[in-house]
Amino acid sequence: MGKKVSRRKFLTYTLGGTAGFLASGVLFPMVRFAVDPVLKRGAGEQYVDVNLTIDQITETPRSVEFTVHREDGWYVPEGGEKLTAWVMKDDNGDVVAFSPICKHLGCTVNWDSNPQFKNEFFCPCHFGRYYKDGTNVPGTPPTSPLDRYKTKVENGKLLIGPVEKA
Amino acid sequence: MLKAIYDWVDERLDITPIWRDVADHEVPEHVNPAHHFSAFIYCFGGLTFFVVVIQILSGMFLAMYYVPDIVNAHASVNYLQNKLAMGAIVRGMHHWGASVSIVMLFLHTLRVFFTGSYKHPREFNWVIGMLIFFVMLGLGFTGYLLPWDNKAYFATKVGVEIAATVPFLGPYIASFLQGGDIVGAQTLARFFALHVFFLPAALLGLLGAHFILIRRQGISGPL
Repeated sequence: MGKKVSRRKFLTYTLGGTAGFLASGVLFPMVRFAVDPVLKRGAGEQYVDVNLTIDQITETPRSVEFTVHREDGWYVPEGGEKLTAWVMKDDNGDVVAFSPICKHLGCTVNWDSNPQFKNEFFCPCHFGRYYKDGTNVPGTPPTSPLDRYKTKVENGKLLIGPVEKA
Repeated sequence: MLKAIYDWVDERLDITPIWRDVADHEVPEHVNPAHHFSAFIYCFGGLTFFVVVIQILSGMFLAMYYVPDIVNAHASVNYLQNKLAMGAIVRGMHHWGASVSIVMLFLHTLRVFFTGSYKHPREFNWVIGMLIFFVMLGLGFTGYLLPWDNKAYFATKVGVEIAATVPFLGPYIASFLQGGDIVGAQTLARFFALHVFFLPAALLGLLGAHFILIRRQGISGPL
């Protein structure tokens, strides 16, 4: 207990403390309100019947459109949000459903859409390319393979779930 | 640490004289509640400004979620009020603060009136204060429509009809306010623009003038 707090210091701290208390009382609710989306949990897993039987799936990727329920704040699209999957059988005969979202910067890839790059997934934004098994072609912008949707087979029909976390 | 940062900036930008000039001024004894408790009536102007600051802050945050469109306006207000953490509080601050600011402004006006502070040489600041009053009423009127519920809709109908009774100019004022023939999509869009851009800009300009004048002319003397 050596240093003495001067009257001026004491008053400064008291005043500053009071002002800080008032300001935080005003600002806390607003900041919490603004960051709420960061703290909210995502929707649970939902598997969607995409109206495709297993034997319709070939080794050639085909684009499958399906809709998932989506609540975008106050906006709930009627009929849900439209998503696309590239569905195929891999070399082992297992069903694979690739997400069409490019791993470079999120544009949409297409199968075999550029005559220059036959039998590849191609992203037109920055010429990102992936082989048929989803692996990114070295030397093109993407740094990792295409994401895969979780899939289930029920009664011989394909169900598509959320994107698998890498 | 903080002091070191401040000193570093001050050495280069010489900011001390700027805030000294804003902050250091004499508070005469007759307006200091520590000397005469009844002097608290001199706080109403500052309190009005404090509430206005809260209005601006809470309004900025509400604008992160609000959508000025007749399809989504009510849904977005409903969402931010009921689905977001602290939504009811932030909207509550803006809702109640709107009324409190008018009340404080009115009390401040009464104090200026009964202490005769509007007299020469401060007439012009009284005029600016009145302009601030009208801008604040405008903010209240335009903000009232934004939730786009029944109360908002019919309050605006009534307000527009009253404006329409102005001789000669009435119909023009009404269609200007409505942005069309009815209170509808275009009304909501322009009330939003008035509420968040035009009127706050006018308010800040007028407040600046109000504060500069009070510093130039000083606080009026004791009764």
